[in-house]
Amino acid sequence: MEIPYTVQNRPDTGIYNAKVGIWLFLASEVMLFGGLFSAYILLRVGAAPGEWPHGWLNVTLGTINTILLALSAITTLLAWAACKVREFGKFKFFHACTIVLALTFLGIKSYEYRDKFMHYEVQLQPSAKNRAAGEFADGHLVAKSGDFDLAKKTGFIKLHGHIVKDRKELMDLRSPEAQAAQHEELTIAAADIKKMENYAPRHNTFTAIYFTLTGLHALHILGGTLVIFYLWGPGSRMWKTDPERFTNRVEVSGLFWHFVDLVWIFLFPVLYLT
Amino acid sequence: MSLKAVHLIFVTLLAALSFGCAAWAFQAGSGWWGATAIAAGMLVIAYGIYFLRKLRKISYL
Repeated sequence: MEIPYTVQNRPDTGIYNAKVGIWLFLASEVMLFGGLFSAYILLRVGAAPGEWPHGWLNVTLGTINTILLALSAITTLLAWAACKVREFGKFKFFHACTIVLALTFLGIKSYEYRDKFMHYEVQLQPSAKNRAAGEFADGHLVAKSGDFDLAKKTGFIKLHGHIVKDRKELMDLRSPEAQAAQHEELTIAAADIKKMENYAPRHNTFTAIYFTLTGLHALHILGGTLVIFYLWGPGSRMWKTDPERFTNRVEVSGLFWHFVDLVWIFLFPVLYLT
Repeated sequence: MSLKAVHLIFVTLLAALSFGCAAWAFQAGSGWWGATAIAAGMLVIAYGIYFLRKLRKISYL
């Protein structure tokens, strides 16, 4: 049985069926990300003064990821254009480039996540040696002794970071004070730790919405990469039997990929630059 | 709307992002980054013109 309108346009919609399908799907995606962006705006405007973090994310890595996604959008378009002019070799090349760029994006994102999970904020005990009451140590975990146990107060940790007198000093890392802070290796005994928490989603509202938005986006990148890999690999056999239908499949995957790239164009300034 | 039309929207927003980043960098006192972002924005516009010429025969629908 032949499936109708996989190549020819439907008379009523004016486009082939797969394109109608992807646009309906993208409409639902707009609502999903739109809702999350609205949540971000409400959380941000509702935050108490000085309680919303600034400069917590690496702008250089964010910029590199933006460039990678922009290039991948171009290679996706070129792959589709190559199919249109019946140059299968070029299609293979451009789609391979898209896959490599997408995987590099995910690699950098994983590195950023790892960095956040290794970053700790440690509230020190008022009785801690040479420390004033209510001080915080903030930095990346370098080492943890084998017998480290916060509940039993045994062992120690080593952080590469600095000590601040007030937690609010950690909120704006673009401030001149934060820029001038000297980072060093700090050895902190478990007995001196009142509370210790990494920059995971539960840390505060910003990390929660950051991980939710970028995690969902990364899952879309992963899904899109799998589809593009299928079209590049086993799915490309259709080129021999039905090149026009295959070209339409490439266009549909490209439309999804462009949507994912457009989401990043909004995510990058909202999360990294503000 | 075809991939060509969506790509045109993407290129437009990418150029806007580049110039926005330039403004952000100048405000943050980083002239080098600002100039680089402006150059990137110009490059994106040049690419947009090239892509429109290259895909002239492909429909927007």
